[in-house]
Formats: sequence, structure tokens, C-alpha cells
Amino acid sequence: MQKVFGRPEALTEAPTHYCPGCTHGIVHRILAEVIDELGVRERTVGVVPVGCAVFAYYYFNCDMIEASHGRAPAVATGVKRVLPGNVVFSYQGDGDLASIGTAEIVHAAARGENITVIFINNAIYGMTGGQMAPTTLPGQKTTTSPSGRDTARAGYPIRVCEMLSTLDGASYIARVSCTSPANVARAKRAVKRAFEVQLSGSGFSLVEFLSSCPTNWGMTPIDALRWIDEKMSAYYPLGEYKVPEGARQGA
Amino acid sequence: MAGGLANKASTDKVLMKGNEAIAEAAIRGGCRFFFGYPITPQNEIPEYMSRRLPEVGGVYLQAESEVAAINMVYGAAAAGARVMTSSSSPGISLKQEGLSYIAACELPCVVVNMMRGGPGLGGIQPSQSDYFQATKGGGHGDYHLIVFGPASVQEAADITCEAFSIADYYRNPVMILGDGALGQMMEPVEFRPVEEPELPPKTWATTGARGRRPNIITSLELEPALLEELNRRLAAKYEKIKRELVRFDTYKLEDAHWAIVAYGMMARVARAAVDKARARGIRAGLFRPISLFPFPYDSLARVAEQVRAFLTVEMSMGQMVEDVKLAVLGKRPVHFYGRTGGVVPTAQEILQALERIIQNEAPQNANGAWQKEGDAGAEGFWATGGFN
Ligand SMILES: Cc1ncc(C[n+]2csc(CCOP(=O)(O)OP(=O)(O)O)c2C)c(N)n1
Ligand code: SF4
Repeated sequence: MQKVFGRPEALTEAPTHYCPGCTHGIVHRILAEVIDELGVRERTVGVVPVGCAVFAYYYFNCDMIEASHGRAPAVATGVKRVLPGNVVFSYQGDGDLASIGTAEIVHAAARGENITVIFINNAIYGMTGGQMAPTTLPGQKTTTSPSGRDTARAGYPIRVCEMLSTLDGASYIARVSCTSPANVARAKRAVKRAFEVQLSGSGFSLVEFLSSCPTNWGMTPIDALRWIDEKMSAYYPLGEYKVPEGARQGA
Repeated sequence: MAGGLANKASTDKVLMKGNEAIAEAAIRGGCRFFFGYPITPQNEIPEYMSRRLPEVGGVYLQAESEVAAINMVYGAAAAGARVMTSSSSPGISLKQEGLSYIAACELPCVVVNMMRGGPGLGGIQPSQSDYFQATKGGGHGDYHLIVFGPASVQEAADITCEAFSIADYYRNPVMILGDGALGQMMEPVEFRPVEEPELPPKTWATTGARGRRPNIITSLELEPALLEELNRRLAAKYEKIKRELVRFDTYKLEDAHWAIVAYGMMARVARAAVDKARARGIRAGLFRPISLFPFPYDSLARVAEQVRAFLTVEMSMGQMVEDVKLAVLGKRPVHFYGRTGGVVPTAQEILQALERIIQNEAPQNANGAWQKEGDAGAEGFWATGGFN
């Protein structure tokens, strides 16, 4: 009998701790499938953040490092400079990457650091219980913006892909979501492209996922996906923001 | 200069700045990766590394901040490399979270702190006011760095070279605690080959899980019993370090009645003060801790059996003096003389401080022999106009 669906080799058998309906798990699977398809599992080193994905080192079946809050791009830089032949990725939330770790992500991109960053934008601080994130939408309610994010006081969300695309060192920058099978397929193509960019030595690559947090958004998993499609995607348009010459995806 | 040095036999003496000697010694100790951020008075270290590391196939990278630099060190150490960063006081403060992670994950690396006056932005002149931060942990949690306080360019070079194998052996970060004066001054230095201890292969390094189970480097442990276990394991390692790594030096201490305790550059001035005191008939001697963690408590306790009082001299408001008191455990008076903010005490000032102590201690001790000696010293002291 032919096996048509199984666990990617790059994922361990450990059950994840993510909440039901959270898309962190889908992103893990996409990442693992790409690592398998590129045949790089045994030379991949992943760097996980402080945030809901902190235990991702139990889920990826490759060498893993747990970084302090926001510093994963610096840790990944240290690894990659020592092991330029390895594949190095970081996996970071929006508080981690777009708030406390802003300097590290901007400078890793500016240096053209040859690493791949998987950026989980769920517009909230998940792990600490739903506080306002740098990516929280105007008007969005969180535990620290109880009557909705007031831009007069709390400022505006950061569009990471748009910002990093202005840097010469950034090679591949894309924003995707996992709200439908078509979007999952597109997301996987983007992640694969990002890893291929790293494998070809072309510099910094980042894929931003608009990701759900049904728990802290106070929504059902289905409503959470709808909210991504209707609200988040409007503020954070999906697509490829920067593509190296001759590598444009026909999507 | 860097290119020329590369070709020199390792026994040739060269005249070098402390900072440059530390950088060269690091490379000879196997350091191939350096991540740093500019700050005075240690800039010669990254500058030297940026010239010299590419020559030996290494990587120099200027980070966007000290925070990033120490986390690059974390990544490079995790990947199994010999790696170093250097900074000065404010920058070292920024590295503390990273150092805590590195210590928790038991990763080897070398960190240089060329101390300058604080607190806050402070100044750029030499200081020793980061002693607490260096030796008591510095960042959060129960951990220690291994800390050495060299007193000459030669000693700084020797210790830096050796620091990489010490870090690898104990799987612990090592700090070279110098000050602006050590970094800036020029002295002859000879790069001696180091004998590497037998080191186990770094099977724990995250180099890619080729034909083995994945390696995970993390300091997260949510289970209290397991986190306590980690802390107990670290504590056992620190006890081993205390047994094996204590280093100190003495000068004219054999027959001394008065012990001056000082480390690093301050110890050199204190040594001159010992000579000045001896010239006046005061039986002074110097105890110089070289390892600051582990601190030479036991050896200093033995000195307490012999001397009448201690004078700790530091370029701070009094930090190491607390360890001296812990070592002496009230058996003898422990006095302190310190200047801070970049003011370096002179040998004359130290002598005056010592003479003041002798003057005050003398009446309380009904010991004719040293009463006389004390008198002789005190006479000279008061003749010079007293102390302020
Ligand atoms: C230096 C530091 N500050 C704060 C925290 C607490 N903290 C843990 S997770 C987190 C936010 C994570 O949010 P995000 O990066 O958006 O990831 P998510 O949990 O949503 O996946 C914070 C602030 C910490 N661990 N370390
Ligand atoms: S808190 Fe939110 S982001 Fe974290 S696992 Fe739960 S749903 Fe996912």
C-alpha cells in the first residue's frame, strides 16, 4: 500500500502545546516539509524565540537553539558565520521580532545575513496572555488596549515586510497566510523560495505569516481565519515584496 | 603590525598596547570569531581583530549593539567555535542577559571588560567599579563567570590565551577584567605557546544533526525540580572551579605585618607603596588576587593568621573589600582605601592610608615589637603632612 500522507522527517513525534485552531502548527508543518524536500535536515540549525513557539525545539527534528527575547537573528548570525555551509533559520513572533528585537532583525537584513527568518505575525503577545503587540491593528482590543488600540496614544502597527524591503541586504521578503489550502500552498512556495535563496548564498530571506491566535483574540478558529482574511490582510497585504533577480514566483 | 606579528616566532618580545596584546593572544588561543561594538577604552581590540582575524581564516563582525554582539557570541559558541567579545562597563551591562543565557547553557566563550568609571555613562578613565557585576553573577539567576584580573600586558596576554581552553574545559564563560590603563599602556610582551588540557569533543554543539539525534541548546526549564537540578549542577561546577582555578600572587608578604590587597593595575601601584613602606621600616606586603572568581578566600585567610591588619585598595568605592572581609572573617581589621571615577590612587596615597591605619591600630595592640615599628612608620607619615 502506498503511503500518501505522513509526518515530515523534519518534525518529531512530540505533540505540540499550541492551542486548538492556532496556525503555529501549520507553519511548523510547512517548514518541515520544505526542509525535507530540500534534503537539508541534517545540516539545519533552527533558532527559536521567547514566545508561544519557545518549545519549537521539541518539534523540529534538527539541531535547535533557544534564544533570548528578540535576539534570534543575532544568535542565527553567530551560528551561520561559524557554519556557512549549514542552513540556519529563526522562528519569531511579532513581539519578539518587531518590538524587542527590532534592531537585530533590521541589522541582520541590512547585513544581508544569509539566514531565513520565519516571522509569525498574530497581532498580539500570545504567550504572555494577549497584550498589545507592535502589529496590533488600530482599534483592536487586547488586554493592554482594552478599548481598542488608540493610534493617538499607542501609535501605528509596523509593516515588517514593507520596512525590510527597503534594505539592500534583504534578498527575499514575502507575506503569506494559512487561511485556505490555496494560501497554504502559496505559503509553502514562499518558504521554499526563502530557503533556496539562502542555499544559493543570496542573502537575507524572511517570510511573514499572518497567523491566528484564537485564544487571545477571543474567537473561534474559523472566525480567527476569517479575521485574518478580512482585517489583517487588508492592513498587511499578502505577496512577495522582494525577490532576487530571476527567481520571481509565478503566483 | 598585525601581518608582521603573524610571522614572528612565538618567543620574540614585542612592544604592544594591552588591548592589542589581548587580541593577539586570543587568536593564539584559538579564537576565530569576534563580535563587538565600539566603546572607549577598548577599541584597539576590535580594530586589531578586524585586521588580524581574516588573516587566520576567522571572522570579525561589528554588531549593531552589545546586546546583539553577545547573542552572536551565544550562537557561535553553540556552533562549537572559539569566540570572544570585548567591551567596557556600559557595554558590559548590556551583555548581562546574554551572559546569563550562555552560562545557563554552559557554553564556552571569552569576554573582555576594560573597565571605565561609572555609574551611568561615567567617564573613560580606568576604574574597577564593575567588580561586583563581574564576580557575583552580573545578570539574573544563580551563575558565575570565571574572572581574571591581570596586572600587566604580559599577564593579560597569557591569561587571554589560556582563557579559551579554560572556557572549553569548564564549559563556562571566562571574563578578562582589566581597566582602561591596562588596555592603553604599552609593555613588552612575549606570546608563549599554551599547553592545552585534554578537551572532550564538543558533541553537544549545534552543527547539524548529521547521523545523530538533534542537539538542543536551551535554558528554559519550567519544571521547578528540574530547574533546581540544573542550578545544583552549575553550583557543583563552580565548587570544582573554586578548587582548581584559584590564582594569586604575593610580594614581600613572608614577614609582613601589614597586608595590602589589590588586583589588576591597582596592585602595581600598591606594590610600589609596599616598597615605599619598607623603605620607612614598615613591614608591608602585597596580596594580589589574579582569579577574582574564584576568589582566593582560603589563602587570604591564612594571611590573616600572620598580619595585624589588611588594607584593600581599589579604584572603586569598595567592592573587592567585601570578599577580603569574607576571607578574613573578622580575625583582623580590614581597611579600605579607594579612589574612583577614573582617579588612580598614587603609591604615596596608599602609603599614607597604610600609615593612618598603623597609627590607629597601634595603641590597641600591646605588642612592643610592632609598636616600635609602627612608630617609625608613623613618624615619617606625620612628617609628610598627614593624610586627607
Ligand atoms: C527580556 C524579556 N522580556 C519579556 C519577556 C516576557 N515575554 C515572554 S513571551 C513575550 C511576548 C511574545 O509575544 P510574541 O513575540 O508576539 O509571540 P507569541 O507568543 O504571540 O507567539 C514576552 C513579552 C521575556 N521572556 N524576556
Ligand atoms: S496563545 Fe495564541 S499564538 Fe499562542 S498557542 Fe495559543 S492560539 Fe497560538
